[in-house]
Amino acid sequence: MSDADPAPASGATSAASAAVTGDAAGADAARGNRGGIQLINVTKRYPGQSVPAVDDVTMTVPSGEIVVLLGPSGSGKTTMMRLINRLIEPTSGKIIVAGQDALGLNPVELRRHIGYVIQNAGLFPHMTVATNIGLVPQMLKWDKDRIAARVDELLELVDLDPATFRGRYPRELSGGQQQRVGVARALAADPPAMLMDEPFGAVDPITREHLQDSLLRLQEELGKTIVFVTHDIDEALKLGDRIAILDKGSRIAQYATPQEILLHPADDYVEQFIGGGQAMRLLKFSRVADVPLQQVPEARPEDDAAAVRDRIAAGSTAFAIVLDERRRPVRWIHPEDLDGVTGPIGTRGMPTATPIRARNTLQQALESLIQIDHETVPVVGPRGVYRGTVTLATLQNAIRDMKERTRARRRGADAT
Amino acid sequence: MISLEGTVSFWEYLGSRRERLWFETWQHASMVFQTVLAALVIGVLVGLLVYRSERLSALATSTAGVIFTVPSLALLGLLITPLGLGVAPSVVALTLYSLLPIVRNTVVGLSGVDRTLVDAARGIGMTRTAILLRVELPLAWPVILTGVRVSTQLAMGIGAIAAYVSGPGLGEQIFSGLARLGGANAINMTLAGTLGIVLLALIFDGCFVLIGRLTTPRGIRV
Ligand SMILES: Nc1ncnc2c1ncn2[C@@H]1O[C@H](COP(=O)(O)OP(=O)(O)OP(=O)(O)O)[C@@H](O)[C@H]1O
Ligand SMILES: [Mg+2]
Repeated sequence: MSDADPAPASGATSAASAAVTGDAAGADAARGNRGGIQLINVTKRYPGQSVPAVDDVTMTVPSGEIVVLLGPSGSGKTTMMRLINRLIEPTSGKIIVAGQDALGLNPVELRRHIGYVIQNAGLFPHMTVATNIGLVPQMLKWDKDRIAARVDELLELVDLDPATFRGRYPRELSGGQQQRVGVARALAADPPAMLMDEPFGAVDPITREHLQDSLLRLQEELGKTIVFVTHDIDEALKLGDRIAILDKGSRIAQYATPQEILLHPADDYVEQFIGGGQAMRLLKFSRVADVPLQQVPEARPEDDAAAVRDRIAAGSTAFAIVLDERRRPVRWIHPEDLDGVTGPIGTRGMPTATPIRARNTLQQALESLIQIDHETVPVVGPRGVYRGTVTLATLQNAIRDMKERTRARRRGADAT
Repeated sequence: MISLEGTVSFWEYLGSRRERLWFETWQHASMVFQTVLAALVIGVLVGLLVYRSERLSALATSTAGVIFTVPSLALLGLLITPLGLGVAPSVVALTLYSLLPIVRNTVVGLSGVDRTLVDAARGIGMTRTAILLRVELPLAWPVILTGVRVSTQLAMGIGAIAAYVSGPGLGEQIFSGLARLGGANAINMTLAGTLGIVLLALIFDGCFVLIGRLTTPRGIRV
């Protein structure tokens, strides 16, 4: 958490992107334990209040994950956030950010390394979009050109055209655009962690959906540690790698993955929170990344036809997938396509359908599978890099497995 | 019968006293400018010191209000004892009168700044000073500027009364005119002083409109 931090951090992002193309393990190492957050027995009692707003909470937010705090009004969600960036001080307990005791750090310094997005964006109305976004870099004494370049980069990242938007004032933006700028501002100095307090609470459902998708796409590239507050169960299920369902005084009723919460609500309180329609929700909120993918033989355009035929014969599917030089899927290739061919396979084969992303939901995968004429769809990770494939059977098996596992666990729990 | 011997037309009067009138107008403008500037600095500082506490804000505003209710002639008279005649009591009295609108508007302006914005500023790691200079003051500025404008108009009028303690400015014309009412050029003198002040007030106000335009970012212009 030194002044010099942001520069290497932004370097790490590009290093990570390079590593992803090569091997996923390298990317994970590059991310390292940059921004994990831990609350240990944290209590916050506001002056003059009889019950604590946050009562003896212990919780770990793993590095690089989105953790959603979900709970009714007054359950202490905002209080927990503000404890993390020290806008308020805990009455007791310990808070660790990126491996360091937050209470031992200079609060101003700490906040510059934790992005903060609040409801209604909280943009400064007297500053242009560019100035708003450039505030933290400016405080970190970046030079003008670097800030300007960063502002444009961030506007692109949140899908706003820099030329159109950098000179505008917040009131000249729609609510959704303001939220985007708010997110861009929080990302400005490439902080390893972000706190987002109901950032999409005040926009219409369609824009909201769109903002959520953008956030997931961003997260896929950036791998930030994000604490996200919402009232909305569907938003929580969609965005969260993990969800903490809070009761009064921030009692954590359940802290688990969306799947687990849907399949195995910890108690009546949680059950009441998630309501019915669990099977559809499972499809809607499980990610493609969470199910075992089907692996098919791989080939490159320059590979020798005979070698590819052998690979297909050795594999479990009747075809192989052709990847380009950056490992992005391009075509399916069947042995028939290679009849009598010698030398490189070149551009033979049939183009794949638009790949689905590992971050996509099973529902989206199902949608794709129903619409295309091949039984298989490729799945890609960050920067379109090939991960595996899904079929209808993959989805069916995945849902069956989830149910099996839960049933087994329940039986186990009942037996004890 | 009152003797009007030596009385000339208003235009002739202006022509014959041109240099003196220019000088007094200049003095008046400069006195108002300087006192309002002093009041701006003091008023904003006071505002900054008190706006976080409701009790202190009320105290500061009502103190300024009490000074405000002292009749100007009386205040000037009272200031003669410690400060003597001339520039000193005039400047002090004008500064004191100019304080109220500025203090009050600074407090109102600063406490009117949306708390969530200050929160956002803290949340992204701005220091106390940075928040004040880059968020709170700029957002309160239009309101403070309105206070300064009101103060200026006040100082223009009250500045005329400074002539009572031999202060500088156009008040001299008015007072002399009133003192020899019926005498030669009495009306001309009073008229010249009054019109001069009105004219100055209009020019200053025009400047404020311009300053307001130039210093208020497009994002918060109404
Ligand atoms: N500054 C404060 N002073 C005193 N009490 C406070 C303060 N801020 C919050 N509280 C109290 O602490 C409790 C938790 O508030 P908090 O804002 O953390 O809830 P929340 O979960 O964010 O609610 P919401 O969903 O409505 O935003 C509430 O009972 C609230 O009244
Ligand atoms: Mg809240």
